[in-house]
Amino acid sequence: MKYTQGQYIITEKHAIAREIYSFTISCPEVAEAACPGQFVHIRAKGYTLRRPISICGIDKEKGTLRIVFEIRGEGTAEIAKLNKGDLIDMLAPLGHGFTVDSSYKKVVLIGGGIGTPPMLPLAKAYGEKAVAISGFRNASAVILQDDFRSTGAETALCTDDGSAGIHSFVTQPFTELAEKGGIDAVYACGPMPMLKGIAAICKEKGIFCQISLEERMACGIGACLGCACRTKRNDEEYFAHVCKDGPVFNAEEVLW
Amino acid sequence: MADLSVRVCGTDFKNPIIPASGVFGYGREYEELFPLEKLGGIATKGTTLHLRTGNLAPRIAETPSGMLNSVGLQNPGIDHFISTELPYLLTKDLVVLANIAGATPEECAEVAAKLEDTDVHMIELNISCPNVKQGGAAFGTSCEMAAEVTRKVRAATTKPLVVKLSPNVTSITDIAKSVEAAGADAVSLINTLLGMRIDINTGRPILRNNVGGMSGPAVFPIAVRMVWQVANAVNIPVIGMGGVSSGRDAIELMMAGASAVQVGAAIFTDPYAPVRIAEEMNDWLDSKGIKSVKDIIGTVKPW
Repeated sequence: MKYTQGQYIITEKHAIAREIYSFTISCPEVAEAACPGQFVHIRAKGYTLRRPISICGIDKEKGTLRIVFEIRGEGTAEIAKLNKGDLIDMLAPLGHGFTVDSSYKKVVLIGGGIGTPPMLPLAKAYGEKAVAISGFRNASAVILQDDFRSTGAETALCTDDGSAGIHSFVTQPFTELAEKGGIDAVYACGPMPMLKGIAAICKEKGIFCQISLEERMACGIGACLGCACRTKRNDEEYFAHVCKDGPVFNAEEVLW
Repeated sequence: MADLSVRVCGTDFKNPIIPASGVFGYGREYEELFPLEKLGGIATKGTTLHLRTGNLAPRIAETPSGMLNSVGLQNPGIDHFISTELPYLLTKDLVVLANIAGATPEECAEVAAKLEDTDVHMIELNISCPNVKQGGAAFGTSCEMAAEVTRKVRAATTKPLVVKLSPNVTSITDIAKSVEAAGADAVSLINTLLGMRIDINTGRPILRNNVGGMSGPAVFPIAVRMVWQVANAVNIPVIGMGGVSSGRDAIELMMAGASAVQVGAAIFTDPYAPVRIAEEMNDWLDSKGIKSVKDIIGTVKPW
């Protein structure tokens, strides 16, 4: 099975920050197939388009997935109304995920805002070999820091206003780490300016970098060609699609 | 079990449901979810003479009971379609409608001519794409241009020729009559309605192309009206589409005069929609004791 569509029971729901929710969903066949960096495409009752949400946790033994999402508009507000015990309609797991390589000795995971959740499965995969840098607007938007620590990863927290952690963007602690060297891979998800900045540093230092992109999407599986992303393949410009070719791309492929 | 089979332009469909061009690619992505044989047919992604990269993103926006798209006919070109996608689809037991488009009537004819030596079952000529600057909807909004492109493609192919019409016109029946006179074997309608959304926080249109084609349940009543008007104006079959999301919708469009039904945006909400709709049609026909879906085509009794 590559992906499937079905209705699954929400076994846990938590509000973890202002307008940010965590759902744990019992979906054994989806959890079995899922990889870090993939996403689920959720039906919002009363809306034509599904909403793509990145996977924040994969527990193959328990057969569960965890998703963490922010209310961005009417569709995500509708999904946030679902409760523990309700059924959630998902088309999943979708997309091309992160490359996880057990030979890597040191990796850096960088999440900005609601781009932080897809970094957690990587932290679980790499454990102590990972440094997880997370950036948020302010202290009230901070999520998942305990979850990152419990994986054994080293963590660094930044806020734009200094109300928690370091008063800086994620690029500052990352630049310091990059200067020290020894990084095998960088994985990032967050706002485009952040990704662009990280990709530039990685290019300069020659570090392998993968980024997870976001785009307005319809089918979610590569049929409708709605979620175009300008990339370069074999030196030719190519409109890739975030749902199928991504959401994870090698940073050097992306034309910003 | 009611008989769901229909015949359009001498081509037999096991059921009247066809995923509409653009939502379904060339079928491969949905084969992961259900066997394509469950479909009556497939209208493939609009294909042009050469590869097209399409428009910049965002290409998609939600609207009340619908959506906008401005993909801009991204496709790998007709040669790739013939060498790679068509052979795969022809191994499946379903009718393949190759949807084609071009910037000029000559280009459309050249694409059709390339399909002449293939086993594709039907050609659906798109004269109504709202998302491309040349050709596209420009052909579909004037009777003269619609007739000219139909004539050129007609001369290039012996395949059954379906012409897909734009609803963004003053009189869709006049366009339908023009393409019928120019040699179309059938018409399909409606393509998307031109729409626009603006993000009021940024003052920018949501679509990078500013405007795009609107589809989804919101357009269904317009589709019913246009299918009914066109079916009463021409003597060739009408393939209906526009906001169909249930078996009842499909029955309604057939009562209005459609001989077969395409399903588009509903597939984004429910990827199984085409299969579910065919099953729901069967259940409704059984509940009414109607033996064949053919018996409901054009049976609306207008006041």
